[in-house]
Amino acid sequence: MSCGPRRDGGCPAQIKDIEEMTHVSNEKAGTMTTAEPTVEQETRSEDELDVPWQVVVHNDPVNLMSYVTMVFQRVFGYPREKAERHMLEVHQKGRSILWSGMRERAELYVQQLHGYLLLATLEKTC
Amino acid sequence: MEIRRRNHHIEISELDPFLAELLRQIPASANPDGVQAAEQRLFSAPSNGKQTELCAEWRMYVEPELRRLFQTATETVAADLQQLNGNEKSFANRTLRIPSKHADAWLSALNQARLVIAAKNNFTENELNDHFRSPIGSRRDLSLFQVNFYGFLQEFILRELES
Repeated sequence: MSCGPRRDGGCPAQIKDIEEMTHVSNEKAGTMTTAEPTVEQETRSEDELDVPWQVVVHNDPVNLMSYVTMVFQRVFGYPREKAERHMLEVHQKGRSILWSGMRERAELYVQQLHGYLLLATLEKTC
Repeated sequence: MEIRRRNHHIEISELDPFLAELLRQIPASANPDGVQAAEQRLFSAPSNGKQTELCAEWRMYVEPELRRLFQTATETVAADLQQLNGNEKSFANRTLRIPSKHADAWLSALNQARLVIAAKNNFTENELNDHFRSPIGSRRDLSLFQVNFYGFLQEFILRELES
């Protein structure tokens, strides 16, 4: 549904791709004489470089506590104890941050939570 | 009323006509009927208002999917509720069998109905937590009873899903 902000000049992932492509074409041309071990560099896509987003669930007096716990287990795959901790935080403090990370995945989580009729929002980390 | 788990279904037996009628009303109760508060609760905003572009995209792409999802659940429940429309005497107790594979649809439809009723009546948290309010003396009391009755069914279905 959405993508991260575009940056001019290409991201590290793109640069690494170009380097790899060059490496392969040289090899095919027979100019490569030594087989040095390649070291995988940690690369990040644009989305990963984007500011992390938080999935926040807000208190709702209608949804049952047991239902909310079940939804957290299903959507995030959390064990029961962790799901209950978040549910109690929502209940007592009014909100709980369930997950943070890339925007696209956060949107997917919020969509799933809305499918279960929980009050969930996507918030940018300050 | 008795509620128990059978092999592949949840059985609600000894349903008196009043409770049977409340069950029949689940699909209709889940309909926001154009009431803005109910619509807003079923289709809540994905952000706290700062992300206007996201909200606009959400309305365009996600909301129609959610509507379909909710409608499918209420249709499944409505089909199960056909069992209550038999030719038995109108005051006889009824039995409803909910197939286990429909449990998620029931959870969703019951939740939709509870949220819509609560939004339409603007129930306070205190009212919603008053499970012993009685007797039913007004339309508002009846709606509150409906929310609690549907919540009781949800609790039972959830327990069955866990076991």
